[in-house]
Amino acid sequence: MITCSEAVRRLWEYLDAMVDEADREAVEEHLSLCRRCCGELEFAVELRRLLLGSGRGDIPTDVLRRLNQTLEELG
Amino acid sequence: MAGVQVTRADQREDFRRLVRAELPRLYAIARSLVGADAEDAVQDCMVKAFERLDQVRDPAAGAAWLRSILVNCCRDRGRARSRQPVPVDWGEAEDFSLYRKIAYEDPFPYSDSLHLDFLQGFGREDVHAVLLRLPEIYRVPLVLVYMHGFLTKETAAILQVPLGTVLARLHRGRKLFEKQMWDYAEENGLLKEDVR
Repeated sequence: MITCSEAVRRLWEYLDAMVDEADREAVEEHLSLCRRCCGELEFAVELRRLLLGSGRGDIPTDVLRRLNQTLEELG
Repeated sequence: MAGVQVTRADQREDFRRLVRAELPRLYAIARSLVGADAEDAVQDCMVKAFERLDQVRDPAAGAAWLRSILVNCCRDRGRARSRQPVPVDWGEAEDFSLYRKIAYEDPFPYSDSLHLDFLQGFGREDVHAVLLRLPEIYRVPLVLVYMHGFLTKETAAILQVPLGTVLARLHRGRKLFEKQMWDYAEENGLLKEDVR
């Protein structure tokens, strides 16, 4: 079985479905037996959620107005 | 832009329609990449895209084309500002696990959801501030893939590097981001239970 360090190193790629079949099985085997690494996995999911949520956000009205003005003035 | 027979006026109107629809997303990406310079970066992007209007062969790819120009405008602005990211200690960052650090340091001893409480201390502006501490080569792929949903191969094409390079930068970028989150939390009082 792979070590905790090896499992943690692959967790984000595992969540991205970017690991090959052998690595996926190795990570899943490890997670089925290691509670701490399950915690690492859940934390990685939450951290990714935080990043995704932080990428959203409204464009301020005054910024939108200025950008639209520039757009109209082009050409 | 909208086919072979279109007039220049049609092409410009198609361009304006495309940019108007994309402005919120372009601004959000720029905000994540260059912080307070976002508006200027989007302005740069619009001007450059307009100058290159004749390069667009596939109207359906217009949004991706705009985003690609924007990312490069942001990188140019970042370089011009010569931001000095925090010095990187790779030995420390490579072995760093934010999950383990939080568990070991136990900053909120009365919490029964320690790790979630740590993350909830970070507002959008805090996340952006942490990202701006990272060297650009790690920040850009991290922002594009994990904040704005770009594919890794799309990111590789925009940055003009091999896919393997993007994957390696994402790995290191994540490690650095976790390390910087902890440092930022310490420096900005996010580890004090009484301020929550």
